[in-house]
Amino acid sequence: MPYLARRLLTFPLILIGVSLLVFFSIRMIPGDAITAMLGTESGLLTPVQRQALAEYFGIDQPVLVQYGRWLSGVMQGDLGLSVTHGRPVLTIILERFPLTLELALLSMVIALGIGVPAGVLAATQSERPSDVTVRIIAMLGQSTPGFVVGLVIIYVLSVYFGFVPTMGSFVPIWVDPLANLAQLIFPAITLGFAFAASVTRISRASMLDVLSDDYVRTARAKGVPKLSVVWHHALPNALIPVVTLSGVEFGYLLGGAVIVEQIFALPGLGRLTLEAIGQRDYALVQGCVLFIAFNFLIVNLLVDLAYAALDPRIRLGAR
Amino acid sequence: MTPLLRVRELKVGFGRKADANPVVKGVSFDLEAGQTLAIVGESGSGKSVTALSINRLVDFGGGKIVGGSMAFARPDGSVLDIASADESALTGIRGREIGMIFQEPMTSLNPVHTVGAQIEEAFRLNRGLGGAAAQAAAREALERVRIPDAAERLRYYPHQLSGGMRQRVMIAMALAGNPRLLIADEPTTALDVTVQAQIMALLAELKAELDMAMIFITHDMGLVAGIADQIMVMQQGEVVERGPTDAVLDSPQHAYTKHLLEAVPHFRGGAAVRTDRPAEGVRKPVVAVDGLTVRFPIGGGFLARKSGAIHAVEGVTFDLIAGETLAIVGESGSGKSTTARAILGLVAATRGAIQTAPGRSGRPVQMVFQDPFASLNPRLTVESLMAEPAIAAGQRVDARLRERMVFLLERVGLSAEALERYPHQFSGGQRQRLCIARALMLNPDVVVLDEAVSALDVSVQARVLDLLIDLQSEFGLAYLFISHDMAVVERIAHRVAVMYAGEVVEIGAASAVLSQPHHAYTRRLIAAVPEMERRRQRYDVDTTPVPSLIKPKGFEPQPAAWIEVGADHRARVEE
Repeated sequence: MPYLARRLLTFPLILIGVSLLVFFSIRMIPGDAITAMLGTESGLLTPVQRQALAEYFGIDQPVLVQYGRWLSGVMQGDLGLSVTHGRPVLTIILERFPLTLELALLSMVIALGIGVPAGVLAATQSERPSDVTVRIIAMLGQSTPGFVVGLVIIYVLSVYFGFVPTMGSFVPIWVDPLANLAQLIFPAITLGFAFAASVTRISRASMLDVLSDDYVRTARAKGVPKLSVVWHHALPNALIPVVTLSGVEFGYLLGGAVIVEQIFALPGLGRLTLEAIGQRDYALVQGCVLFIAFNFLIVNLLVDLAYAALDPRIRLGAR
Repeated sequence: MTPLLRVRELKVGFGRKADANPVVKGVSFDLEAGQTLAIVGESGSGKSVTALSINRLVDFGGGKIVGGSMAFARPDGSVLDIASADESALTGIRGREIGMIFQEPMTSLNPVHTVGAQIEEAFRLNRGLGGAAAQAAAREALERVRIPDAAERLRYYPHQLSGGMRQRVMIAMALAGNPRLLIADEPTTALDVTVQAQIMALLAELKAELDMAMIFITHDMGLVAGIADQIMVMQQGEVVERGPTDAVLDSPQHAYTKHLLEAVPHFRGGAAVRTDRPAEGVRKPVVAVDGLTVRFPIGGGFLARKSGAIHAVEGVTFDLIAGETLAIVGESGSGKSTTARAILGLVAATRGAIQTAPGRSGRPVQMVFQDPFASLNPRLTVESLMAEPAIAAGQRVDARLRERMVFLLERVGLSAEALERYPHQFSGGQRQRLCIARALMLNPDVVVLDEAVSALDVSVQARVLDLLIDLQSEFGLAYLFISHDMAVVERIAHRVAVMYAGEVVEIGAASAVLSQPHHAYTRRLIAAVPEMERRRQRYDVDTTPVPSLIKPKGFEPQPAAWIEVGADHRARVEE
């Protein structure tokens, strides 16, 4: 498959570009790991001690040399050592990633499960009460900030139902599926609400376009029942923009959802990255950003493959 | 005997106040089983809305039946009033009893399903067939509409088929339910003349075979003559004349019918060509095209190697003479437009020379495109639109330029007031006049007209053609006129070049080429032109495939051999 090979070839180039950008930009922020770790007490360090620490962390070298060292490590699968955690960066990321991945998948299932049918309904009932209702809810979903939705959910759950989801530590699905779901479903709804709103709006717009296409008229002319016209003839043609949007949103979610993770006290990739930046944990920041960029590349590739699966003109090439 | 369909005082409107402003204002007609009714009219006459009302598809386009009745005789002897039927009854009738084919074969098939799946669906819905039986029926249906390798084609997606093939698939699908009435809404308008003849032949043959009634919507009087039993002429939502085909065509009563019959350019086999050709001694070539070849490489990319090329134009040679029109005719994909684009420098010639005389201005070649709605920027006033070529040529927008704009607007039949208006305030014909005026802004020597009158209604078309002829003699313009419409070509061309599969196969004086075509393709092309005189005639179904333009890497065609058929008339020797 030459197309796939071509796409995979561009991956390392993009990743090197991303790593360069993050490597140099994080070093432009004032302060360093030693100051961040010791706070005001770092002033008590003698120059010799400070030099020794810098040597230990490898930040005494010129930036280019540091980059070269780091890059050669990455090539061998070693993302370096986190200063704050004292453990390999890759290990930390892989610990946090299952939560983030599960949360993103769950949100997307909610978003597509609600958004696509709602959008289709609104399009087929265009300008009728059900369409207007769907559009108002979608507008609310898009314009309400995630922390508001999250806080309202927590408030309602705890005050009216006396339920407090597990916070702080993550219960993996393979340990206790029910506890895992109880922990993730509400953050997923919080994220999925806004996501579903976007999916609804784009599905509606795309369906409206497609429903006035000639081939939909053809389907009606040959006596295809209404439901089948909508789901079998129109929907597959309307999905391309939905896939595009979902891909972008899913890519963002894989980078972690900082605010929702914060509200529900979940140890996800978003908080890990944020904390690493605060701690000037260079290796961890670089590792996280590289990992997030890699996820984006994979998601984009999946989106393109989904296009091909949906549309034979893309799959087989236009004449 | 009750007719199959009896329409009385049908009124159809659109939008919120549908009854206040109907588009169809009280149409009545009867249609007997097995008969063909042609509805003829120009755009805005309500003919398509009438057709879409008969199976109530008009509902989905925002239309509403606001009055009248449509009594449709069911096979069991009962009568259904389609005008007041509910959606579930209509779903049962569509496809099963009333089939329909549309104008746009390119967009009327669902791009994400194979043609096989789409035809099978029709059999499943309307005949209750399933699985292998539906598949076998679909294959048979494709064979019936003369698609070669039917079993293979079932797996094709619509985008892998040509326009003519797609229209055949549409017909196969519409006939799957064995409808007793087929509505054909301009089914051949988007197709080439030769393909049109094939589709018409097919429709006539199937209609006779299945004893099916047909409502045939068209703007083309010539086509009507070939297929209709009855003709109904519509103008602005009303029926102005209705009667048997011969009566309407031979002794039209209403002024509008007479006007339509006169306005339609009838092809007269080279007898109606222009006689104002510049004399031999004063013929001045302004563009000389010699051995023009345009090829587009295919394949190629990051890893793949170039695998071949599309030979779009191959060894084309002709001159454009001041005051003279050279028409290029041929079907889509024959290289007509690519030749024009090469002359304008919009595509690079792979080989060959295009020599342009320096001319009266720095920009001797200008162009007018097919679609007057798409070729004017809707956000610009006419003044800005007309200033554009001058600005592009580095001139200043001053009083002199405005003077020229007014002069040209008046020459094309518009007034100076037009300058402040926007394109959407003009009709299609007026917009094309604007495009012509804009093309003349830089005082060119050559105007390339790519299907420039094809999108216009027949009566508008006739006036724009007259205007083009006037402008040609006034400014001594050379025209390169690209068209698929032989009747139009006959009216405007001095010389004709026939293109087929990227090559010129015949070229010469219009009178000679059109009256004594020599090359087999030219003969086929001319035989396919519908004529008023040929009533209810059976065309032969001709399925000669066009040779592929895709050639392997390094392919070079044989040098062309020509025969001189007469003075200024030569044709390519056929193998």
